[in-house]
Amino acid sequence: MYKNFFRYLISAIFLLGFSVNSNADFKVGFVYVGPTGDHGWTFQHHEGRNAVEAAGIKTTFVESVPEGADAERVIRQLAQSGHDLIFTTSFGYMDPTNKVAKDFPNVKFEHATGYKREHSNVSTYSARFYEGRTLLGHIAGKMTKTNTIGYIASFPIPEVIRGINAMTLAAQKVNPNIKTKIVWVFTWYDPGKEAEAAQALIDQGADVIMQHTDSTAPVQTAEKAGVWSFGQASDMQRFAPKSILTSIIDDWAPYYVERAIAARDGTWNQQDTWHGLKEGMVAMGPYNSAMGADLVKEVEQLQKDLASGKVHSFTGPIYDQKGNILVAEGKVADDGMLAGMSVYVKGVEGDIPK
Amino acid sequence: MALYFFTPFIAIILTILGGGIIFYILGFNPIESLKFYFITPISNLYGFSELLLKATPLCLIAIGLSFCFKSNNWNIGAEGQLTFGAIVGGGVALLFYNQEGFYILPLVIIAGAIGGMFFALIPAILKTYFNTNEILVSLMLVYVSKLLLDYLVVGPWSNPEGFNFPETRQFSDSSRMPLLFEGLRIHAGIFLALAAVMLSWFILYKTYLGFQIKVSGLSLKTAKYAGFKGKTMILVVFMISGACAGLAGVGEIAGPIGQLHRMISPDYGFTAIIVAFLGRLNPFGIIFASLVVALTYLGAETAQIFLQIPKYTGQVFQGMILFFLLASDYLLFFKVKILNLKKNELRH
Repeated sequence: MYKNFFRYLISAIFLLGFSVNSNADFKVGFVYVGPTGDHGWTFQHHEGRNAVEAAGIKTTFVESVPEGADAERVIRQLAQSGHDLIFTTSFGYMDPTNKVAKDFPNVKFEHATGYKREHSNVSTYSARFYEGRTLLGHIAGKMTKTNTIGYIASFPIPEVIRGINAMTLAAQKVNPNIKTKIVWVFTWYDPGKEAEAAQALIDQGADVIMQHTDSTAPVQTAEKAGVWSFGQASDMQRFAPKSILTSIIDDWAPYYVERAIAARDGTWNQQDTWHGLKEGMVAMGPYNSAMGADLVKEVEQLQKDLASGKVHSFTGPIYDQKGNILVAEGKVADDGMLAGMSVYVKGVEGDIPK
Repeated sequence: MALYFFTPFIAIILTILGGGIIFYILGFNPIESLKFYFITPISNLYGFSELLLKATPLCLIAIGLSFCFKSNNWNIGAEGQLTFGAIVGGGVALLFYNQEGFYILPLVIIAGAIGGMFFALIPAILKTYFNTNEILVSLMLVYVSKLLLDYLVVGPWSNPEGFNFPETRQFSDSSRMPLLFEGLRIHAGIFLALAAVMLSWFILYKTYLGFQIKVSGLSLKTAKYAGFKGKTMILVVFMISGACAGLAGVGEIAGPIGQLHRMISPDYGFTAIIVAFLGRLNPFGIIFASLVVALTYLGAETAQIFLQIPKYTGQVFQGMILFFLLASDYLLFFKVKILNLKKNELRH
């Protein structure tokens, strides 16, 4: 992969003892919540950064920045040291990003997954990961023998609940007897906890596992137990080659390159971006041949239809757990409803933790 | 004895040299790297204020720990006491959400200190009355307090307008630490740390309690023989230590953070152990040590921003300081003698 090659090239340049010229004209800064080698969330943002570098724009990153008092200092330091555009890639950076943006009106800020744009130089962006979940649901509904899908969830925020619902709805469409079992781990990254949760779900009869957390532990646990699984955030196939059916891939690269070029050329403006399969911010990993050629064809068609807008992940009728109607027949859920989603759809077991 | 207070400086110099060698091996210019590490972060007023901000919780906790360590009580759970203090203080701040009043901030601060004190009393009481090991109990309680904080920010205390994200509301201004300068984050909490330094110096060196603490630290048997009330002393040192950690926690949440969430401390409670020993358990030494260790955090950030040196070198530096300190102590207190053994002697 030339992306990886590029990364090694950069490291090699540093190893030779060259240093970044801190007075370069246009620079983009990235703040990561995890290490670049997490093979999940931060890894994908780092791939996006590599693409910006490959486009000929100088970049800087700071990894493993805690979402506490340190975040504001790191963001401010990037702004002070001549960075013109700064991507802050975790929800917990929302308030610090807005605070620093107020003091640096000439620097542009892009905050991932947040909802606060308090100043005109702050944009927010996120991906419609739920479209990927719809594909996973379709596959899981077809592949399960026990009619039980295990789901490892991080925090009961709308984004996670949206994923659970989208997956369940799609699975029900192909298999009405489906049940979704959920374990909340209350962390984004904790391989130990994620592995335990996966094992617990497998013990409860789930033969398809998916997760809304960042580590590769769930897919590795599934591989060992001989059940199906899906990669999350990045293509995790090499960690569980037999078990993984496909992966939801966060591809930030096109967006990062586009925004960096816009900021450099002076065409950047404030936005709230929510891109999906159509724009390529959500992509799918290779489909496992164990799915069978027919199912692969079906899923590829569904992927195309989701991208073109012919099919929407949340098409009525949709009922909540008690049987009340959420989305009427023939209607689709609007973005406002999706953004604030806080109830399970019918077929999901248990309650949302409060 | 003079050497005893001098070894921390030796340790720091060795750390800087060791760091330079590591940078050189990694392929960075050592002089330039060290400059970005130790000088650039504090080369302007903003940087210096951030150093003080970072050093404040470390200094407060280490002062508290010095009472425990001096009297041979191994309180490893300052991180838990910090978290619990922040929970109690944060709870009070949320209770007075959107209310005005000069009394709110003092209440928040006192609540934080009491919270930390209470949490430190648990290992202390278990140690005095049930003879448990305070190292294990205080350490395990760290996880208890962190899980409690997790539960609170996810559940009952989460921001009603926050889309279920694991955090509370932003505290109102009436429960925030006043800022010392416009535009800088340094806040009134630094006075708490300075007051703790003065007070601890007074207690340790000018009171009977301080004398008891020191004697028990040097020899428990002597302390018993002299008739000191050992149990009361254990409770007192743990309470002081917990209160200081609780204050540090409140200083963070009512200061730069302004709310409760899961990441209120990047393990200040554990790093403060290094600070306490680097400062030789001496109140003024601890001020100096907290500044040095705080600088390793800031330096790691600037080094990554300007040279893309991995940020984890900050932890390497902290580890090296402690390592060189312990090593110099060892060489100070023990004489190295090279034994001249003959070959056949070795066989026996």
